Amino acid sequence: MNTYYFTEDHELFRQSFRAFLEKEAVPFIDQWEEDRRTPREIWKKMGDMGFLGLSYPEEYGGSGLDFFYDVVFNEELGRCNSGGFAITQQVVQYMSGPYILKFGSEKLKQKYLPGIISGDLISSIGITEPGAGSDAQNIQTKAIREGDHYIVNGAKTFITNAVYGDFIVTVVKTDPAAGAAGVSLLVIDQDAEGISRRKLKKLGWHCSDTAELHFDNVKVPVENLIGEEGRGFYYLMNGLQLERLCAVPAAVSGMEKAIEVSIQYMTERQAFGRPISKFQVLRHRIAQLAAEVESLKAFSYLCCKMFDDGQYDVKLCSMAKLLATELCEKVATQCLQFFGGYGFMESYPMARMYRDVRVGTIGGGSSEIMREILAKIIIDDVGYQSAGKGNGQPSKILKAASGAEKGSATATIEPSFDNLLAIMQKQAAKASPLGKTLQFNLEGQSIALDGRGEVNKVVAESIDADCTVDVSMQDLSALISGKLNPMSAFMSGKIKVDGDMGVAMKLQELFS
Amino acid sequence: MESYFFTEDHQLFRQSFRDFLEKEVRPHIDEWEANRETPRHIYKRFGEMGFLGLPYPEVYGGSDLDVFYSVIYTEEMTRMNSGGFCTSIGAHSGLALAHINGEGNEAQKQKYLTAGLKGELIGCLAITEPGGGSDVASLRTTAKKEGDHYIINGSKTFISNGVLSDYIVAAVRTGEPGAKGISMMIIDRDTPGVSATKLEKLGWHASDTGEIAFDDVRVPVESLLGEENRGFFYIMQHFASERLAMALIGVSQAELAIDLALEYMAEREAFGRSINKFQALRHRIAQMSSEVMSTRVLVYSLYRRFGDGDYIIKEAAMAKLLGTQLSDRVCYECMRMFGGYGYMESYPMARLLRDSQLGTIGGGTSEVLCEIISKMIIDSKNYKAAV
Repeated sequence: MNTYYFTEDHELFRQSFRAFLEKEAVPFIDQWEEDRRTPREIWKKMGDMGFLGLSYPEEYGGSGLDFFYDVVFNEELGRCNSGGFAITQQVVQYMSGPYILKFGSEKLKQKYLPGIISGDLISSIGITEPGAGSDAQNIQTKAIREGDHYIVNGAKTFITNAVYGDFIVTVVKTDPAAGAAGVSLLVIDQDAEGISRRKLKKLGWHCSDTAELHFDNVKVPVENLIGEEGRGFYYLMNGLQLERLCAVPAAVSGMEKAIEVSIQYMTERQAFGRPISKFQVLRHRIAQLAAEVESLKAFSYLCCKMFDDGQYDVKLCSMAKLLATELCEKVATQCLQFFGGYGFMESYPMARMYRDVRVGTIGGGSSEIMREILAKIIIDDVGYQSAGKGNGQPSKILKAASGAEKGSATATIEPSFDNLLAIMQKQAAKASPLGKTLQFNLEGQSIALDGRGEVNKVVAESIDADCTVDVSMQDLSALISGKLNPMSAFMSGKIKVDGDMGVAMKLQELFS
Repeated sequence: MESYFFTEDHQLFRQSFRDFLEKEVRPHIDEWEANRETPRHIYKRFGEMGFLGLPYPEVYGGSDLDVFYSVIYTEEMTRMNSGGFCTSIGAHSGLALAHINGEGNEAQKQKYLTAGLKGELIGCLAITEPGGGSDVASLRTTAKKEGDHYIINGSKTFISNGVLSDYIVAAVRTGEPGAKGISMMIIDRDTPGVSATKLEKLGWHASDTGEIAFDDVRVPVESLLGEENRGFFYIMQHFASERLAMALIGVSQAELAIDLALEYMAEREAFGRSINKFQALRHRIAQMSSEVMSTRVLVYSLYRRFGDGDYIIKEAAMAKLLGTQLSDRVCYECMRMFGGYGYMESYPMARLLRDSQLGTIGGGTSEVLCEIISKMIIDSKNYKAAV
């Protein structure tokens, strides 16, 4: 299977990264777990070796490699049997850094990206609050603009890397009255005045530091805003797919490792005069687990391949995250059982795995949230429903707002096919080329936009587009006239998107 | 996801095959189920349309198409919701003809494959015996060579198409005990000494399943399929594709169950709203859909490797194990979404549930599959290709 996804170069990278981890990390993990922190030196070494920033652009010190290097990176971290060790860089490379890379200003990129790629800087992503975890649109942390600064007040909790790290990509409300549309992302330096922190004790992930943060009139320069004000929810919606996806290869390799060490133990351990690997019940349990892991691996690779090809498939990513984290629970429990009493001892590997996997079904969107999102997609046929860490429900405010807009929008643009076609042709020609093809299905008729050339070409026909958008003529009129925001339209299910979400993400640009 | 495995041509085939099935099969399924057999004329229709020979060479009337056409074929067949119908056609085109195409000599192919792909001559594959199913190596039906003939004695059971087929591809013992003494033999139905009785069963009602007895059956030595005493390895060889197909059927049944349940849940009201609004049921659908999707991707990935010539014994066993377990679980859960209607024959779930049950038994039980998998991963045993 590997040959379909990995080249020889990927495998060479795997060998060298694995050798590095076995020499520089694995022998020390027990101590780091004991210390409840991982020393910075290891990240610096990783950075020096070029193992960080694999898919980040070279101009910031990255290697500009394809996503399957990241897959290898995550798989090899997963084999170290320390969720705490793995999560530290996963948070930096895949959960916080990408927001700066994708949406941040050049200045922010210059300031923060080289540091996280060299291993000098450690970052966090601050979403969850004491009163809001999965329900991100209801966060309470406020950032109120005063001159050249935002004044941040509020609290965040369960924040990985936030005790010993350097900066936090923080989700704040810049417009506390506006629900999801008032959410923004701010980069906040850990040494800013007014931040206090408390290190949290937790069930597992012992060598990672997890903090509760308080922001008391913290002054943050406006240039630390990522992207635009009020667009944070939309950025999260985009970024969380990567977060969920990266958890999957690490989970798969962790489970493979658990099965490996179990088989090894079972062939050595004797009971009733023979190695326990000869007992049929245990053998069949291994067979069942191995089959389930193999299956998940095939699924994981396909999801990663799609991501590498630029397709954000919310449904598949959510499914993969759900299945991988649930299967980890099962594998950890059953493999621990193979070890008998030794499974319960810290000197054997299963105890740590057992406690570390427990957070999988909770963080990054709980299993219940995954099922909620999936149920919406599968049962309610909502085209794109990753409400960030949201509960999958369209925001009430958005719903109400877009409802009100609908009425006024009709007054400005006549929702007829010919009129819409003419307007689209004019508007698309002005916008920068999409680079891909997009099709609007309007109540039985189609408008296709080919953005692969120098200019976007718009024709009244049906093509095999990279992305299709189903929308009523009335809602499209509202979108074009700017009365309806594309993101609100997603959230409320007014438009249904199929195919390459990357194209859909550019709708905003097209209509602005 | 589909675009990673299927081309536009595949999808066009899917559409036309689906249209054919909707028109010529769907309306008759209930009747065939009630009659406990699939009539011969539908084999001929399949033959005329070229649907029996998708993977087989053109020279015998096949279409020589890649494995993903067969994947589509199996998926669409499964959506007819009649395990018996699918098995009847499949035991002929997917089992008997696979052996003839794989190991048959030119004369055998000209005779059985050519007519078989037209749907005119129907076959079955007979391996299991009353005393041994999954334990193929210990089968007891004997074929003793006497001059130009083999004399066959013994019996076979649970044979799909075992009563109505025109010939039987049977596994018989020509040599020493164990795996190395087994050969494959083509036995025409009208040979004196062949008799069959039809078995009644839990599901698969539209298929005829037979117990076959061989009483001093004389067949010419030309009836030997492939080389003498290589039968066990041929069987193992074909198991990979059979198991993949059964995995795919399992996944497709599960998918069908979810689709049917979703349709029902959208219409059915309880406590003032459609039952698809109830969170507990919604989450169950989400969970099952995820498992089905993941297993489907596994099966597709393995079909790709199989099509590229990989010998995937372990993975095919894993896929069959998971696909058929999943089908049982999902069909059961989805039947429950229908409440009392799930139990009624006028709704599709009862048949789907009972038809699913053979998945974890036929083509190697789940337990036998676990044996194979655990031998390969715990004892590092390797199974080699026969040719």
